[in-house]
Order: sequence, then structure tokens, then C-alpha cells
Amino acid sequence: MRGNMFEKADIAIVGGGPAGLAAAAAACMEGIEAEKILIIERGGELGGILNQCIHNGFGLHTFKEELTGPEYAARYIEQVEEMGIPCLLNTIVTDIRADADGKKRMTVMNRTDGLFEIEAGAVILAMGCRERPRGALNIPGYRPAGIYSAGTAQHYVNIEGRMPGKEAVILGSGDIGLIMARRMTLEGAKVKLVAELMPYSGGLKRNIVQCLDDYGIPLKLSHTVVDIDGKERVKGVTIAKVDEKRRPIPGTEEYIGCDTLLLSCGLIPENELSAGMGVNLNPATSGPVVNESMETNISGVFACGNVLHVHDLVDYVSEEAANAGRHAASYIQQEAEEKRKKTQEGRLGIDGSCTVKRGMGCQEITIKAENGIRYTVPSVIRLAHMREEELIRFRTGDIYKDVSLAVRFNDTVVMRFHKKIMAPGEMEQIRLKKPKLEAFEGLREITLFIEGQ
Amino acid sequence: MKEKDGTKGEITELTCIRCPIGCMLSVTLYADGAVSVEGNTCSRGEEYGKKELTNPTRIVTTVVKVRNGDRPVAPVKTKGDIPKGKIGDCMKLLKKAEAEAPVRLGDVILADIAGTGVDVVATRSIKRRN
Repeated sequence: MRGNMFEKADIAIVGGGPAGLAAAAAACMEGIEAEKILIIERGGELGGILNQCIHNGFGLHTFKEELTGPEYAARYIEQVEEMGIPCLLNTIVTDIRADADGKKRMTVMNRTDGLFEIEAGAVILAMGCRERPRGALNIPGYRPAGIYSAGTAQHYVNIEGRMPGKEAVILGSGDIGLIMARRMTLEGAKVKLVAELMPYSGGLKRNIVQCLDDYGIPLKLSHTVVDIDGKERVKGVTIAKVDEKRRPIPGTEEYIGCDTLLLSCGLIPENELSAGMGVNLNPATSGPVVNESMETNISGVFACGNVLHVHDLVDYVSEEAANAGRHAASYIQQEAEEKRKKTQEGRLGIDGSCTVKRGMGCQEITIKAENGIRYTVPSVIRLAHMREEELIRFRTGDIYKDVSLAVRFNDTVVMRFHKKIMAPGEMEQIRLKKPKLEAFEGLREITLFIEGQ
Repeated sequence: MKEKDGTKGEITELTCIRCPIGCMLSVTLYADGAVSVEGNTCSRGEEYGKKELTNPTRIVTTVVKVRNGDRPVAPVKTKGDIPKGKIGDCMKLLKKAEAEAPVRLGDVILADIAGTGVDVVATRSIKRRN
């Protein structure tokens, strides 16, 4: 039915990258029929950004071996295909609506079927993130060819087999920028330097070692690009040192000749759809606020992966997404159970009004980030839905050395962990055990904070 | 300098690159050639610390051209570590290499690259162009 297609699914997953794939597989393992799960992917293939991340280092936690991005993706794609979970490729979701009847209705579009609607019981948001573009960086200068985001350059080199330039400067020390510094060097380009605005790197330490140090590429901390030279094509950039307020220091300018400028200045979760349907977002992550079930403020809408908060490791994305998938499955199963009960009670003439609605009336514990901790995921734990142990992931707002990471239950500090080093570029985690939370009477608030800096 | 059984050792601080955790290693090389590693959280870290001081190695990943494929290049990797000094030779050989589609994940693209005894394998499948 061209242009008039209508699909129904128990669980619709927006995005076929690592998060969407792991969520789909987990939902299916939890007992949802494969045909009732639907993955909607904007691109022409599953696997998402992993397809262009040809370097190794993926999967050490999940598979206990070191895989490249495409290999890691292939494992999940195979699993999803074997299970028979349907996927709509080259299909974009333009709008999601959470209706009063509890159903989620998505407006979807592709070239073969045109515009159509998908009705789902639960939705898993797994759209990932995008790179901060030049327009968001306010770099003065002309707008010549030769300026790329690091991920775009990665696509050119690794998917299309083309080089974006011969002499490059990289602004920002995010992981993709570091990986691209090595990649461009191996392909014969000269990477002159990596400039980082902050006094510390935004990428993983291991990438500084194996991508920059190994190839003698200088990393200039507290430096930024203040001018871009060239009208048609980049001819060079001017870099300068910045002060503690990140303002360029006059007199420290240095001209670097190059034909390419790569930008690796951070990733932003892609939450237009989430915001459009009324999902509450956390300003610290730009991702949805979720509870222990990875469920947003809208019942039956879950989020996982880089759309929730930007991760360093795909292994953690898969783990978190599987959690979202399992909870989406139990949401569907409970809804079905409630419906069955209601019909039965209706037939027997029992008033079903006292049934406790899912998630209502149970103890909610807020998780707060304070004093150096930027955010936590999740930010709410409902004790009744908590597993025996729950992982709390978080990032710090600055570099901290030899400090304690402390955890407070209401007003009492209950845990302290010594940390040699904590950095914004490295995601941290702690485990909370259910018995410990249950044993603490009147627990309303768990606060993570840094002590002793 | 650190002493153990009366022999002096030189300490090198390293960041382990075997996984993204990136443990800070403190590797001591003793005069008698013995190496000890501290700060690692798994056995891979110990192995890395020892190797990095005596014979540093890396896995190399890149792409090779594909003839008649539905995409122009296929990603490849060295199946195991190769000596750091051989990375340049390895890249030169792979720049010239071409694979014929279809390519299957795990296919050997170049055997025993640059005399390292390590094969280069495809890390994804590429279909033949229709």
C-alpha cells in the first residue's frame, strides 16, 4: 500500500546502531516475539557509526576479545537477523506522539512507502548523537573548503576510500579526532598538531598514547584556532594559547600552514524527536532523564546509548541498551497482563479501580550529582523495579587527582572510594546494591559528590 | 630508581592501551633484564607493560581497495600484533593491495605481512556489485 502503509509493533526502536541492535536482541530474549519488534534505521545498513570505526578496541567487556567497529556491529546484526527481528532501512522517523490511550504513534517516511504511521506499545529511543559543527564553535575567518568534522573525515577515509587533505590540523582532542590523527598519518597525510581548548584532553588516555605519541603528533592543550586562512580552500590556521577563562592570549598566535582542519569538539545527543514528544531532557547530558529501567518521564518510552548520554565505550552502550530492551519487554508484558485482568474482572463484575498502576505508589529515590559530578544516569531509582544491583554511570566536570568519590544516602555518607584520577573524558560508574538501599529507612535521595579536592 | 633483591631498577610510567580503561602502569626494568609491572588491573596490562619496554607491538587497521564490490574499500586488520617498527612497511603493502568482491569477514587479504608472520584479514563483508 504505497503511501498508505500502516505498521504495528509492540516495541519500536528508533535507530539501528549498537544501542538499537542490543535493545532489540534483549527484548526478544525477554520473550517478545521477534515479529513484534521493529527497528527503524535512517541509514542504508545496520550498525550505525561502528561501520566507519575500523580501528580496534571494541568488545573487550562484551566478548572478551578485541574487535574492530565493523566486527563488533556484525555480531549484533547477525543476532538480530537470526532472531528474525524486522528492520526498516532508509527510513526516517519525523515525529513521535504519546497518545492518551498509552500507544505511541510515529510518523515515518521512506522512498518506497512514502509517509506512513507506526503504532507501538513501547518506544526505545536509540538515535545516537552528532558532532558539534563549525557553526556552533564560532571560529572567525572565511568559509573555505577543507573544514570537516572528524567523523565526516572518518567516513571519507574509511568508507569511501578518499583522503580529505594532505596536511591537517585537528581542533579538539575528542576520541574521533585522535583516532583520525593516526588514521590520516597512516594514509600518508601530515598531521601537524592537535589543539585542545581545555587544559586536559577530551579523549581517552590510551588514544593519546597510541594515536598521538606513537606518531609524534603534538597535543597543544589550552590552545584554540583563532583564524582560518584561505578563500577557496584552507591554506592555514592561526592557533593561540588561551587563558583560564578560555580567551585567546594576545601575542601567542602561531600560523600553521595546512589544507585541512578537522573538528573534534564534542558530541551532542540527537534528541529532537524526544523533545518533540515531551520527554524531559537533562541539560548536563542533553539526553533524556531516565529511571533505573532507562524509562523516560513518558511511560513506555525508553532511551539508551549515545542519545541518552555520550559514551566512551560501545560495550557500555550495549549493556545499557540491553537493560532498556528488557524493561521495554516487561512493560509490554505487564500492559498485556493488566488488560487481561481488567477484562476478566469486568466479566466477573469486580471493580478494578484499586489496581496499582505500574510504577505508581512505589518508593522513588532521586540520584543527585553534586560538587564536581556533572550528571548521573539513571537519575531516579524506583526500589520496586530495581534489580539486585544497579549501575550508576557519571562524569566529572573537571580533572580531579587523589580525591574521594563519596555517596550519601539522605544526609549520611555511606560509601567512599579513593580515586587516583578522574577526568571528564572518562565515564565512571558505581554499583548500588538493592539490600543496602532497602535497609536504609526513609531513603529519598542518593547524592554522588567529590571530597577532598 | 627502585630496588629489588639488591638490584636497581628503572621505572617507566606508561598508560596501558590494551583496553579503553587505560590503566596507569609503573613498569620497572631491572639491571638483570627482569621487568615488573604495577598499576595494572588485568593480566593484559602486565603483558603490555613488559612488551612495551622490550618489544613494542601494535595492531594495524586500515582499508584496502575492493574490485567489483558494492563499496569501494574494505576495512582490514592485522590478525595479531606486529612490531611497531613494521607499521610503515605494512601500510605500504596494504596501499597497493586489492581484494576481489565478494569479501567475507575474516578473509585473509594478505598473508604474512612484511615478514611478521601475521595475516591481514577483512573486518567486514563486502558484496559483489550487481
